[in-house]
Amino acid sequence: MIISCEVMVKMSWRVRSACLILLSLTLVWQACSGRRGGPAGGAVRLQGAGATFPNPLYQKWLSEYSKIDPNVRIDYQSIGSGGGIKQIEAQTIDFGATDIPVSDEELKNFPREILHIPTALGAVVLTYNLPQIKAPLRFSPEVIADIFLGKIKRWDDARIKADNPNAALPSADITVVHRSDGSGTTAVFTDYLVKISSEWKERVGTGTSVNWPLGIGAKGNEGVTGQIKQTPNTIGYVELAYAVQNKLPVAAIKNRAGNYVEPTLDAIKMAAAASAAKMPDDLRVSITDAPGDGAYPISSYTYILVYKEQRDAAKGKALVDFLWWAVHDGQRFAPSLQYAPLPEEVVRRVETKLNSITAGGRPLRAEAKDGG
Amino acid sequence: MKETSTGTRTTVVAHGVFRWPRMLSPTGDAGDAIFRSLLFCCALLIVLLLAAMIAAMAYRARPSFAQFGFDFLWGRSWNPVEGEFGALPFIYGTVVSSLIALILSVPLSLGIAIFLVEQAPKGIARPIAFLVDLLAAIPSVVYGLWGIFVLAPFVREELGPPLQGLFGWTPFFRGTITGIGMLTGGIILAIMITPIISAVVRDVLAAVPMAQREAALALGATKWETTRVVLANGAPGILGAVILGLGRAIGETMAVTMVIGNRPQISLSLFDPAYTIASVIANEFTEATGDLYLSALIELGLILFLVTFIINALARLLVWSVARRTQPARV
Repeated sequence: MIISCEVMVKMSWRVRSACLILLSLTLVWQACSGRRGGPAGGAVRLQGAGATFPNPLYQKWLSEYSKIDPNVRIDYQSIGSGGGIKQIEAQTIDFGATDIPVSDEELKNFPREILHIPTALGAVVLTYNLPQIKAPLRFSPEVIADIFLGKIKRWDDARIKADNPNAALPSADITVVHRSDGSGTTAVFTDYLVKISSEWKERVGTGTSVNWPLGIGAKGNEGVTGQIKQTPNTIGYVELAYAVQNKLPVAAIKNRAGNYVEPTLDAIKMAAAASAAKMPDDLRVSITDAPGDGAYPISSYTYILVYKEQRDAAKGKALVDFLWWAVHDGQRFAPSLQYAPLPEEVVRRVETKLNSITAGGRPLRAEAKDGG
Repeated sequence: MKETSTGTRTTVVAHGVFRWPRMLSPTGDAGDAIFRSLLFCCALLIVLLLAAMIAAMAYRARPSFAQFGFDFLWGRSWNPVEGEFGALPFIYGTVVSSLIALILSVPLSLGIAIFLVEQAPKGIARPIAFLVDLLAAIPSVVYGLWGIFVLAPFVREELGPPLQGLFGWTPFFRGTITGIGMLTGGIILAIMITPIISAVVRDVLAAVPMAQREAALALGATKWETTRVVLANGAPGILGAVILGLGRAIGETMAVTMVIGNRPQISLSLFDPAYTIASVIANEFTEATGDLYLSALIELGLILFLVTFIINALARLLVWSVARRTQPARV
């Protein structure tokens, strides 16, 4: 301090106490801003963030995995796919999570090679509020596109009737409900619409938020669900898990093979299996409008993003071990939470990817041999 | 004790009396000086914080500004896929929904406050005042849920059809009534800002000197005429309360997002969905990928600052002019 002690002694008590307070505040400040020690007891801490869609599954995994390896503490924050991509790109977290693969353009921003690890499968379903209709409605792809383009305006339109000859469709306007917040769910749904409708591709396109031709926007799956439940004659899209938990009616959708398929975990897995052979080397793939007799056409992978070259060997090892467990033993927790487990051939591909992760040039899975 | 202190220079003389610079301590008391500088730091911190926020937002909004320039302000298209961004629908939605809220809320709040201060017996005034204050403490997401599950169906089935029947010939009440839209958003906002406005107006009216009322009554004024005197006396404070409420309405996010329909369009019909600046930022910020998209959202934030600033300035001008008219002594 600038004021010497000698000077301080002669000051009035008020000034002295004020100086003492200042001094102690300075000390507290220094103590607080000082570097906190590393993790206690040699425990490894991993931070992840990203997609909200797989959050229930990831939280389940984290709590189960902490029983298997108590030395590893993993935190996951569901801040949205976009945030997950941004943060792993800035290397502020150890793994990111996203529902849609990182685009080619965005991949260029990453400092090192990033791996896409598929962890589970989900689906987007069409749900509606037509109280008088009991059996699931059926939709062909062009009808879905035209409803969301605003070209089919009424429920008793001839083309909806053609898909549902036995349903007592009301003579009422269709109210479209879509997500207002940026969302992987929207990205998957619009990715499907782009594939099945050239007009959609031209006029709207695909993304986490798009310029919807019509309808009302609601925030989150819960918002869309709330809006649909409250308003008769609405139609919208939500995640399968959300629809099942809330017992919403879900539509059967005509797939590429020409069959009307309801969104079941088996049908989603079939969509993944049917396109597994054509999966590119970096595992970035869209499986909407998949081939296969029983495949549900609006299915998608959800991914965890990790750097191929890990900076910290201990953390990298813990991360790889966790991911290995997640795509093997962890898969059995998926169905009860309404996620479809990965098909066997995809798990094989993921194994290869996990084995290729290194720290300081040394592979991290090598010493474990086949310990998964 | 001898001291040498000239201007802002501080000198510690041989026998060690310390003096603060005169600038900080006109009275020469060091304790006061410290107190004064602490308070000054508090005030400065707010100014710095505001400046830092504006600077950071302006900096991050550069890509969008470079791309669109001032066209951003009146651009009507919001298409993240194509990278086209315009702010006009959001500015429109923000201003109109807040105006609806004010139109509905101000008379109601004034009524509540006048009743509580001028008319109600203590035994009734206390619990009512408490309940109104309680309304202000409800989280906005709860208002939003209530909006979806109660207010929206009410607007769709009870309020909308008669309104359309009476005023359907105007452009303001046309179209399908889904219960989700500008009107519902405005009503939710009105309910949310009523406790704030009425609480402040209550305090303002209570602060009007009793002598004013006594004088009016002594001149033979009725209760109604007396109230008008009291209101005129509290006019600047009442306008201040309205500005506070308006500020809350403009910045409100969650509750509005849940009922306004989130559609970037400019439609005169109050039944149609609309969008506010705060809502689009909250909705799209987490998943905004790409620099242009992100910077467009940040620029929207800047515009929200600007809109709030302009409305505040206008309201303050109004306060001044009213104050000058009604009570020149106070200006």
